[in-house]
Amino acid sequence: MTVGLVVVSHSRKIAEGAVELAAQMAPDVRFYAVGGTDDGRIGTDLEKTITAFEAGLAEASGDGVVVLTDLGSAVMTAESAVEFSSEPEKVLLADAPLVEGLVAAAVATQGGALAAAVKAAAEAVRFGPEPVFDAEAPSQSEGRGQPAESGEFELVNPMGMHARPAAKIAGGLAGMDVEATVNGVDGTSIMELMSLAVGKGGKLRVEAWGTDSSKALEYVRRLVEQGFGEI
Amino acid sequence: MTVGLGVEWAVEWLTLSARLMAEHREELIALDRAIGDSDHGENMDRGFQAVMEKLAQTPPETPGAALKLAAMALMSKVGGAAGPLYGTAYLRAATALGENADIDAAALAGALTAARDGIVARGKAELGDKTMVDAWSPAVEAADEVLVAGGDAVAVLAAAAEAAEVGAVTTDPLVARKGRASYLGERSAGHRDPGAASSALLLRAAATAAGFPEGSAE
Repeated sequence: MTVGLVVVSHSRKIAEGAVELAAQMAPDVRFYAVGGTDDGRIGTDLEKTITAFEAGLAEASGDGVVVLTDLGSAVMTAESAVEFSSEPEKVLLADAPLVEGLVAAAVATQGGALAAAVKAAAEAVRFGPEPVFDAEAPSQSEGRGQPAESGEFELVNPMGMHARPAAKIAGGLAGMDVEATVNGVDGTSIMELMSLAVGKGGKLRVEAWGTDSSKALEYVRRLVEQGFGEI
Repeated sequence: MTVGLGVEWAVEWLTLSARLMAEHREELIALDRAIGDSDHGENMDRGFQAVMEKLAQTPPETPGAALKLAAMALMSKVGGAAGPLYGTAYLRAATALGENADIDAAALAGALTAARDGIVARGKAELGDKTMVDAWSPAVEAADEVLVAGGDAVAVLAAAAEAAEVGAVTTDPLVARKGRASYLGERSAGHRDPGAASSALLLRAAATAAGFPEGSAE
């Protein structure tokens, strides 16, 4: 892996728990959980944050570290730590919800994405009302014109669309120069993809706009055909 | 002859700050309990204890060095938002003061401006958001006015301290738009912002320390 992922939280348990959750889907990724003060209170600690950044830069090698934070002062501590970093341009702070963003970043990293794409994957996570999907309705892609590429793929894995496939699709697409929809919803949103609730035998219709359109189609096609690694 | 403020002033400022944070610990906790996570008093007390330990270990040679040392200790040991905010403020002030052994009114006003700008840059708060900016911004304005009027460094600090105290009081009716208190919305009105309150105490300490600028050096 070429990117290290750092979690800066007020709470040691939150930092470690978020890492534990994300690591399930990204066994080869290096995570650094920074939470709480050095005497075990709730808070953030600049020294520990700098240490984690440096460890990530040294051990995770290559492209840099991507940082997920919880509340405001964790952001401020992380920003301060960037200023003290040996390679500040290689430490990227993701503006994303901690847990969802970390999972998306982890999946993208596991897939070999570089730091900027990992950050983009985390930030592509959006919370909002669940879209109401109607298979018969036109896709939500008016205004973009005809897609550059489109295709339809039948799900063959027994579980169909659930968290891991959604994260794989979203993480990969977020790292590409493409705007893609899956059954009309944003292909980079884990939440929206999960909300499609497509089961085995159901179909994913992918429409893509932009430079990496054909790459995006190929990416989803391969994931679907391989059953997301579940068969 | 010393005409400005030297390292003795900076050390005295930090020492008085530590004393004030200890004395007002419970008061700051109470303010923070009303609209925050009730740790500001404890965090500030702890942070300045760490500053005092660092000062004892490596006595600084210039005011800038003293403030830089304080910045690092506060950023690492405070724990809450005040750590990076005050840490950035003291660090920017230290950078503005540079290696100067002797701080005159203009340098001091410049350092206060740098500190305030650091807080704004780090916290992205504006005047009226019910944060420490509401103490620092009037303090900087008052300091600049005294500087323009020809006042010395002690007068600059006295004006800054008084304006910060007034500024802290003006946060009482405000609705918080930044920080943990902003989650409370309208319910944050009617309480003083703890960060503005501690800022006023710290600037008061700076002015009090400047009342003894000659110290024991000569």
